[in-house]
Amino acid sequence: MTKTIQVKYLIIGNSAGGINTTEAIRKIDSDGSITILSDEPYPAYSRPLISKYLSEKRPLEKMLYRQPDFYERNNIEVILGKKAQKLNIAEHEVELADGTKISWEKLLLATGGLAIIPRMEGTEREGVFTFITLDDAKAIDRYLSQLPGGTVRAVVIGGGLIGVSVTEALVKRHVQVTIVEMRDWILNTMLDRDSADVVAETLRGAGVNIITGRSVTSITGNQTGAVGGVILDNGEPLSAEIVIVAVGVRPRVELAVNTAIKVNRGIVVDRSMETSVPGIYACGDAAEAYDFIYDQNRVTPIWPNACIGGRVAGQNMAGVPSECSKCMGMNSLDYFGLSVVSAGMVIPPEDGYEVLAARSNHDIRRIVLKDGRVVGMVFIGNVERSGIIRNLMKAQVDVSHFKKELLAENLNLAVLPREIWEPHFAAPKTGDREGERVTIGK
Amino acid sequence: MKRIYAREEVCIACHLCEVHCQLAHSPVSDPVKAFNKNIPPLPRLRIEERRPITFSLQCRHCEEPACVESCLAGAIQKDPETGIVTVNEEKCIGCWTCVLACPWGAIRQDNARGHIVKCDLCPGRDTPACVANCPNGALVYVEGGD
Ligand SMILES: Cc1cc2nc3c(=O)[nH]c(=O)nc-3n(C[C@H](O)[C@H](O)[C@H](O)COP(=O)(O)OP(=O)(O)OC[C@H]3O[C@@H](n4cnc5c(N)ncnc54)[C@H](O)[C@@H]3O)c2cc1C
Repeated sequence: MTKTIQVKYLIIGNSAGGINTTEAIRKIDSDGSITILSDEPYPAYSRPLISKYLSEKRPLEKMLYRQPDFYERNNIEVILGKKAQKLNIAEHEVELADGTKISWEKLLLATGGLAIIPRMEGTEREGVFTFITLDDAKAIDRYLSQLPGGTVRAVVIGGGLIGVSVTEALVKRHVQVTIVEMRDWILNTMLDRDSADVVAETLRGAGVNIITGRSVTSITGNQTGAVGGVILDNGEPLSAEIVIVAVGVRPRVELAVNTAIKVNRGIVVDRSMETSVPGIYACGDAAEAYDFIYDQNRVTPIWPNACIGGRVAGQNMAGVPSECSKCMGMNSLDYFGLSVVSAGMVIPPEDGYEVLAARSNHDIRRIVLKDGRVVGMVFIGNVERSGIIRNLMKAQVDVSHFKKELLAENLNLAVLPREIWEPHFAAPKTGDREGERVTIGK
Repeated sequence: MKRIYAREEVCIACHLCEVHCQLAHSPVSDPVKAFNKNIPPLPRLRIEERRPITFSLQCRHCEEPACVESCLAGAIQKDPETGIVTVNEEKCIGCWTCVLACPWGAIRQDNARGHIVKCDLCPGRDTPACVANCPNGALVYVEGGD
């Protein structure tokens, strides 16, 4: 007989979404049993930091998302290196690969994403990698270390966030990188063309070759059958010793398909992060959650949304109603010392939007408005006050009568209408609140 | 929790709060040495200015801090007891996601050191250095919401 473990809260996925969910649960329910399950063998680490592993061999201890005693201190059972194979929703049971069954009262699917591998010849060759997990980074590192001396050339297929991250790490390892991006500019899900051009210029300055508007049609081999290069869709060959496939991630929905859980591109959740099956929640890269800028459910595979969604899921799982109503896409990058932030809808999808833009030296600011409200933004260079604009976006403040100020070089709260900052920063007037101890400077 | 609030009507933007913030967060207590070092610490506050409005701005130590939830490295934490939001500068990787997340632009990028700095309400002092040293009494340290 296989044993069945019974837990109150079962969390599948030990990363941003899963950890934030358990933290929210523990704030409300200090002793309900929690089990976290992951098919990765490591305690929760910061996934974006795998580029630091590749560039500088950052040890796992310095990539950990929480203190090493996190699980123990929070009384959380963690099962690592084991995969959930199958959900039995009627029985509230999950089956692991080794036959173990775990039954839950509340379930969270924070299963993240899987690398998309385009269908083409040669993807199975030695020297072809994805860049999603710490084990991917370790495998790339090992492969680079055993290549014979001399210049190593890499082709990175896909110029999105992950493609550019791995590129930076490879450049730091003195690898000569060519990025092949199918669309007309890199980072096209988070930047408009002009902004992306500034990033591309910085990458080129660091020695990166960027080919846009082209795709890879096959990965070719060398004499031993390992990677020798790629062929582009115009027939042009590129030589390379290593190929990284970084064309995107798709939600890892395998546990939910063919169950009662509604799956679209991702696992569909409402604003409380609950799936179509009561008691089963999802968040993070696996989920298709509400994005308030687009006013619809979307897959937004970014770390902050996994954390916010996790917090909301955890609160609801522990019985405290909560909603994720202000989630939006947002990214911050720092490649080769260039700071770039973006949030919301940076490219207007149709007419009826207004774009405010300013450019000076290396500083770029782009703010997209709809009906007087900020719906998208990009800052490049000096990004320190960008959060002020994102806050106006989140609060949906009508900025029509002061929109010029948003481009002011010295953007700060004092240039904005008083009602935005005063309630948060002005000292309470004396006598306002009784029994208050006021400490005033000498 | 106690937070720092501004009396904007008496602030003259003398920037002494910045200086005292730097001094309080400098490894040496001697002002000459603190500022003669190659890179003095960055102030953890800013002066907001559009005459006639000026005031000194510090982290709100929000109830649900967007910076904490956005941190890729798990380097920013809100202390459950004190409510103070602090950054572990060694853990911070300088991705600046919190800078974009902070509604007030209160987080500073220390580009030279590759990590953020932010107001920590001066641990070990009864009154934060900026408040204690404002010559005009333009800062107060009192109980209040974020
Ligand atoms: C190189 C790189 C750079 C990035 N940079 C940024 C950045 O700068 N900013 C940003 O916001 N985001 C960035 N991201 C994205 C960010 O890492 C993700 O959005 C985030 O990790 C999502 O967290 P999650 O908890 O949803 O899922 P994940 O972090 O993907 O974790 C899911 C976990 O669940 C496990 N799992 C899945 N299915 C099962 C199963 N059936 N059984 C057991 N375990 C299972 C997986 O193995 C995995 O460990 C980056 C990602 C990468 C790869």
